[in-house]
Amino acid sequence: MSTDTAAAPKKESLFSKKNRRLLSDPLDDSNPITVQVLGICSALAITVQLQQAVIMSLSVLFVMIGGNVIVSLLRNLIPDRIRIIVQLVVVASLVIIVDQVLKAFQPDISEKLSVFVGLIITNCIIMGRLEAFALGNKPGPSFLDAIGNAIGYAWILLAVSIVREVFGSGAISLPGMGQVKFLPAEWFMSEGGFYENNNLMILPPMALITVGIIIWIQRSRNQSLIEEN
Amino acid sequence: MEYLSIFVKGIFIENMIFAYFLGMCSYLAVSKTVKTANGLGLAVIFVLGITVPINYLLENYVLQEGALQWISPEYESINLSFLSFIMFIAVIASMVQLVEMIVEKFAPALYGALGIFLPLIAVNCSILGGALFMQDRQYPSIGEATVFGLGSGVGWWLAIVAIAAIREKIRYSHVPAPLKGLGITFIITGLMGIAFMSFMGIEI
Repeated sequence: MSTDTAAAPKKESLFSKKNRRLLSDPLDDSNPITVQVLGICSALAITVQLQQAVIMSLSVLFVMIGGNVIVSLLRNLIPDRIRIIVQLVVVASLVIIVDQVLKAFQPDISEKLSVFVGLIITNCIIMGRLEAFALGNKPGPSFLDAIGNAIGYAWILLAVSIVREVFGSGAISLPGMGQVKFLPAEWFMSEGGFYENNNLMILPPMALITVGIIIWIQRSRNQSLIEEN
Repeated sequence: MEYLSIFVKGIFIENMIFAYFLGMCSYLAVSKTVKTANGLGLAVIFVLGITVPINYLLENYVLQEGALQWISPEYESINLSFLSFIMFIAVIASMVQLVEMIVEKFAPALYGALGIFLPLIAVNCSILGGALFMQDRQYPSIGEATVFGLGSGVGWWLAIVAIAAIREKIRYSHVPAPLKGLGITFIITGLMGIAFMSFMGIEI
């Protein structure tokens, strides 16, 4: 985590100390999933395979940056009462772009993600950051906030999907490489070997328990995040 | 019979929370007490029961390929389905605004308790998820679509009330400090999900 923040200041003066915190905080202290409780739905539903998680993270990164910057540019023009509808329209247009691109270039993955691409619109992480940050800040910091939160979201997603895929299918899949098995194929029970995959890990409820354990580990390392009750 | 089966399926077998994880954000954040959880759950049933049929009409008479035929036969080849996300979300957002105004007028206490989460029903994934599943599954009539919406709403309400009741009790148990609050809620939801999976084999 610290490597990201160390590399940042070289680039330009935009990366002041305050702005660097925008990038680094969402990775740990105010992680969107484990602390702010935003964007859980998709984090749980598409983490059966690493490949899907990677595509989902990239889509969310794109939509978040676009949404945060556009809403931040429009922030003085949007009337307060209809701001949610305006935000939703901005986000929905960006998601339509992502959906059409995925359908054109990655049809299999688009099929597997099914409704969850559309659900990026209502991914609370995006709306939450638009409400909490982009509406009150300049485009520059909003851009950094978007990157920070999208990466904070992505690392949980990747961690959960790696755990689930390794234990659930004994393999790991990356975009463009297909599934890579860890053990020789004949060791698996289906081929007459001794190794049985833990099918429970593929089932939806285990995603919740995996995230719960990640929260447990994170909070025992970072005691300031512990809740009262 | 068909209606009953869709309704029961929506509540137990294809439960929005336990089978698809839709609407998790507000589910986790508003489930601290049964009272507020109940209010939000009822709001979700109401919004799903209204938006799914409206979106069904939109889907079948405007967006689908050839859906515009009722205006004139020349429009047969028009396919507007790429607009469905934006149309669905616009319907949902305006309906939510309406519900928000009604609750503010008639139940100010509830309005105060739900706080920020009422506007966030618009971004409750289960609402848009309901519309998208309806589109995906191609229900043959508006009645079935409505029943599906209500059924999933009731399923969501059941899930949030159940977890809120458990959380009220668990406050008095010795949960490890780092797991308190969010962590233990995740794990309990996972265990409830495993329990709900026993409904999966049922064919109605």
